[in-house]
Amino acid sequence: MSEFVAGGGLINRRAWVKGAGMGAAASFLVPAAATEDWMTHAGQAQNAYGSPSAFSRIRRERTGGHPFAPAAGSSSTPLQKLNGTITPNSLHFERHHSGIPAIDPARHTLTIYGDVEKPIRFKYEDLLAYPMESHVYFLECSGNSFRNTFSKPADMTAGSLNGLVSSAEWSGVPVHYLLDEAGVKPGAQWVVAQGADAAAMSRSIPLQRIMDSVMVALYQNGEPIRPSQGYPMRLFVPGCEGNISIKWLTNLKVQSTPAYTRDETSKYTDLLKDGSAEMFSLEMEVKSVITSPSGKMTLNRKGVYEISGLSWSGAGAIQSVEVSADGGNTWAQAILQSDPKAYALTRFRIPWRWSGGSAVLQSRAMDVRGNIQPTRDLAIQKYSAAGLYHYNGIQSWKVTSDGRVQNVYV
Amino acid sequence: MLILLLIGSSLFMGISYRAEQIDNQLGGDLKPGLGQHALKLDAIIVSPDGVGLPKGSGTVLEGERLYKVRCAHCHGQEGRQRGNRLVGGIGSLVTDHPKKTVGSYWPYATTLYDYIANAMPYNEEKSLTSSEVYAATAYLLYLNDILEKEASLDQTNLALVVMPNRNGFIELAQ
Ligand code: HEC
Repeated sequence: MSEFVAGGGLINRRAWVKGAGMGAAASFLVPAAATEDWMTHAGQAQNAYGSPSAFSRIRRERTGGHPFAPAAGSSSTPLQKLNGTITPNSLHFERHHSGIPAIDPARHTLTIYGDVEKPIRFKYEDLLAYPMESHVYFLECSGNSFRNTFSKPADMTAGSLNGLVSSAEWSGVPVHYLLDEAGVKPGAQWVVAQGADAAAMSRSIPLQRIMDSVMVALYQNGEPIRPSQGYPMRLFVPGCEGNISIKWLTNLKVQSTPAYTRDETSKYTDLLKDGSAEMFSLEMEVKSVITSPSGKMTLNRKGVYEISGLSWSGAGAIQSVEVSADGGNTWAQAILQSDPKAYALTRFRIPWRWSGGSAVLQSRAMDVRGNIQPTRDLAIQKYSAAGLYHYNGIQSWKVTSDGRVQNVYV
Repeated sequence: MLILLLIGSSLFMGISYRAEQIDNQLGGDLKPGLGQHALKLDAIIVSPDGVGLPKGSGTVLEGERLYKVRCAHCHGQEGRQRGNRLVGGIGSLVTDHPKKTVGSYWPYATTLYDYIANAMPYNEEKSLTSSEVYAATAYLLYLNDILEKEASLDQTNLALVVMPNRNGFIELAQ
């Protein structure tokens, strides 16, 4: 039986694991020698707040800002340097429109008003007393991967191209507890959420969605959410474009219509070729990206590699991910981490033998609702050439015969 | 009308049903009930029907004077700074180089009030009086050929301004 499951060197995982096992057995024959400093002297003493190894300097990428306003900008998660599915809090992507406010939680409140029986206001401490939920969710900026809509492929890392997506376990209070306390009036259909940052970021969200799935998040991976993620509190709208998960949340105004704020009209709307534009395209699309091997890496030996990447969908859990090593001619099913969760990142892996020739690596995700990630051509088809948001085309990485990996369009 | 009412009430029933379920989970004395009656509401959230607009008024000419001092260094004379433009672009949306500006793209004039009052001038946010915001709004609408030079805006007439791209959007109800 051949070890291959598709063209370009994609391998059956069982064949690979068997081979790898034998290699590992051989290495037990080498005796351990206590020659390193850290084996012979006590290490550093314990401390109050941890930090990564001095040998591991992983940093966010593309930390740029607006030419007229440096604190209106973003930074990207270095996807290619991480593994698993959780983004460490210090590496979560950032996007803000007027910097990161330094909010004293004792002076911050959340007010619910508008079409309610009784406008009410909560202090941060109050919210800590409400029942909470915890969920692992991805958060993706609707502008993620916008560079792949440009006419020429940018030669960048997976993180620089696609790293406006991150994932964390978010804990907080379901908003329906708070809205019920205020008493939503008949006829109300929308909730306008507003932040306490200088930009007062404001977005309208359908009331039904808020009641069903939205929380006021207070914790991110177990610790109070980071200032750049909205400390002391943010809205979290699973599966939807990051911008509506309003950070530094301070107002929820209940009303019968949207407010049509600047960031749901001038920005975060999707211009089509005919000059009209889609508005309230809140859900993020089905998407995946191979994070290893990926842009700017170099393969320095022939042989077996693990292709690995991330997949996600705003419509629910990931159903399957296929990988191609020959530019989309043939595809093989990747192995998914166990039990993909709705609105969460799902890691996929598949072994691949690189025999030194050129290859094009791609991944294609499908979600539980049957949505399939489109090719780049299909993904940009209906949008204006200057479209920036909701791009989810297949990411293609070309491996050249000298082992360099780069972003290409196929 | 009847159909509308029915849809409206069934939607609402959907919501209150859900609320009842939660009541069951979080019944009676299990509810923290810590929200304090909010008497002073000072947030600015303005809708296209004008709800949320505060009192005040401002003219195009007042807006021009304000703009030169508070806005022009970032948005350019007459709002035409490259990379931060607020003016022009009518007819460009169908081209490969669309210019999305207040004049060519924004569907509602009330959004301009809301945004300037909350978020401009950058780094001096929320420093303008309501009359100054009306004036800046009037001036930007004048620069985009939407208002006459003599115009003045206030709480009652801003929502009546019809923007050129008013019907340019398709709402995906999500
Ligand atoms: C220090 C620079 C600066 C000053 C001063 C400034 N702005 Fe801005 N303005 C910006 C930046 C930067 C943005 C984009 C912000 C973002 O990315 O969210 C912006 C955005 C805007 C927008 C939205 C543009 C769009 O198409 O969405 C409007 C309207 C606006 N400014 C009006 C004003 C007015 C009126 C003033 C004066 C009262 C002013 N600005 C002063 C930097 C400035």
